Amino acid sequence: MSIDRRSFFKALGVTGMTLAAGSRLSASPVPVDKNEFLGILYDSTRCAGCQGCEFACAEAHGLPAPSFEDVPVAGTVRKTDETRRTVINAYKTTRGDIYVKRQCMHCNDPACTAACLTKAMYKNEQGPVSWRGNKCMGCRYCMVSCPFDMPKFEYHSPNPKIVKCDMCSDRLTEGLKPACADQCPTEALVSGTRRELLAEARKRINDNPGQYYDQIYGEHEAGGTGYLYLSPVPFEEVGFNTTLQKSSYPALTKGFLYAVPSIFVLWPAVLLGIQQATKNDNNNAEEDE
Amino acid sequence: MSNGNYTVQQNNGIRSTWKFILGELKPKGKLLTPFNIISVPVIITGIALIIIRFWKGIGSVTNLSQEVPWGLWIGFDVVTGVAFAGGAYVITFMVYILNMKKYQSIVRVTVLNGFLAYLFYAGALLLDLGRPWNVINPIIGNSFGTSSVLFLVAWHFLLYMIAELIEFSPAVAEWLGARRAHKILSGMTLGAVIFGITLSTLHQSGLGALFLMAKDKIHPLWYSEFIPAMFFVSSIFAGLSMVIFEGSVSQRVFSDQISETSHRSHDSILHSLSKICAVAMFAYFTLNVLVFIHEKRWSLLNTPMGYWYLTEIIGFVLLPMILFFMSYRKRNITMIRVASLMTMAGIVLNRLNISVIGFKWDSVSHYYPSWMEITVTLTVIFTEIWIFRWVIRRLPVLREAPGWNSHN
Ligand code: SF4
Ligand code: SF4
Repeated sequence: MSIDRRSFFKALGVTGMTLAAGSRLSASPVPVDKNEFLGILYDSTRCAGCQGCEFACAEAHGLPAPSFEDVPVAGTVRKTDETRRTVINAYKTTRGDIYVKRQCMHCNDPACTAACLTKAMYKNEQGPVSWRGNKCMGCRYCMVSCPFDMPKFEYHSPNPKIVKCDMCSDRLTEGLKPACADQCPTEALVSGTRRELLAEARKRINDNPGQYYDQIYGEHEAGGTGYLYLSPVPFEEVGFNTTLQKSSYPALTKGFLYAVPSIFVLWPAVLLGIQQATKNDNNNAEEDE
Repeated sequence: MSNGNYTVQQNNGIRSTWKFILGELKPKGKLLTPFNIISVPVIITGIALIIIRFWKGIGSVTNLSQEVPWGLWIGFDVVTGVAFAGGAYVITFMVYILNMKKYQSIVRVTVLNGFLAYLFYAGALLLDLGRPWNVINPIIGNSFGTSSVLFLVAWHFLLYMIAELIEFSPAVAEWLGARRAHKILSGMTLGAVIFGITLSTLHQSGLGALFLMAKDKIHPLWYSEFIPAMFFVSSIFAGLSMVIFEGSVSQRVFSDQISETSHRSHDSILHSLSKICAVAMFAYFTLNVLVFIHEKRWSLLNTPMGYWYLTEIIGFVLLPMILFFMSYRKRNITMIRVASLMTMAGIVLNRLNISVIGFKWDSVSHYYPSWMEITVTLTVIFTEIWIFRWVIRRLPVLREAPGWNSHN
């Protein structure tokens, strides 16, 4: 019987190691220069609030076009949901009415993909973060984890999808621009690599320091995002969370995930050791008192 | 139901085994108990609601929103339920690893309770999945999201249920009169226990680690990088309080099953358990205080959420901890029971404060569970109790085993 037991432990050990190795492999960062990811620069000083991007997005993804009453009005915040992947909002600020587009930020190191246990949510080598229905099990952990609250869920469908901006990743692979950036009449939306966009944004701030607030939102937020924003006013005035941490969100769970393999190796050994040590000690019941 | 039954059963082959099982499926005991009268209508309503949920979508029965994607079903059924199921790993640790034979009489019932809790409460997760048919993806390996804490937790649930099944399987073998299987299965117990404790350490803390990325969404009084450690430590006394509570109920409800000796030893077991609870709670309380001071959270205290936090920590951790200490010194069983109930309430509060109440506490619209969510949760709990009772009445769980293995 002791042999049985030993082989059983061996089997346990192997399972443990496989599980452990799995989490170790994935924890190592992908050797990709995050600045080569494709992204979009949104300059709110150029945006006319025409909602052209909303229409283009709806058309490109087979979603209902916004109705005529559904327009940006200062004082009300429109939110993306399962029927719209992007929205334009209006804000009354110290420098007049300002429009701001919102959608998934396409983080460099996204919380949603780290959360996803099926890899349904994933960031491809080009940069867009998108969702695959054949993998997703609808646990909504991506929604819990995203610091920008961007993944949305079809609560009223028996076959629900996670809905969010995917930067038109299909169009990008064909070499086209995202639908919203493609049609923007005022060029408030520009697409390019993150490196190009950051340089362009900084140039605009330097050329026109009076026109811009000196910050590129998305340069550092949540470890850097693919979407970058320029604004004439501080970002908290136009609905942005400026208290988000500057490092990546998945890093918050790395410590825990790194500890898993060692516990898996150490714990069984420790437990077996204690078991052997206390084995012939029949007086334990009293010891406890 | 004497042991003689088993020997007779053994020789009659598979056919009579089936006949035996079919016979065992029939209800035993009175039908019109208060519990049955309450639980049956609830379960029927719950099943109807579950059908609606799969037909019309999760939103048709729950109050979940785009901002609050996890509600009662995750926060209570899964996150809280699994903490209560922690008793199994603590008790198996004491009996099989520390060789404290004193607790032998409660091992089986605790493991059974733990196994059923995982089966039902973690199983309730399936109701909450929008696309449950894809649940096999992270299991069969065509999509391993290994960087996900949820991936780890899901796998550990699954493996731990297998470990608990192995730990419990000798009782099943005794019930079926399978001596050979019994011998093999008993031989696997220690391995299963060691594996099970390791898995429990990781997934009890993993449940807490699930919320680490929701840093900006959870009220700062409850969020810290130490959530995993706190979840682990609190699962010790959460599980033991459940053992105390369940034991006290079982002593009354299933008194026919319990032998005179284990009946008498039960009080002494309760006293020792309450001491362990008190020590674990002291560690937990200290951890909370340290985190509180370290993160300089004084300014948060004088707010409604601050009072709520104090209620949880003082009213439902410190107070029951003191009661546990006192009950141990005064040998007062009633006090133990009160303390264990308060501790359990405190665990419910804590888990819900992190996963539901303190989640998006600052948003305009708040989440409250719908009556339908509550009914489905009750359905899960009641069904579990039905199965638990069914097993207790038939298998040698509380009563003495037939004594096939004199030693292990
Ligand atoms: S904004 Fe949210 S959904 Fe978009 S990539 Fe970042 S974490 Fe994912
Ligand atoms: S809901 Fe789908 S995409 Fe989101 S974490 Fe779960 S499995 Fe991944």
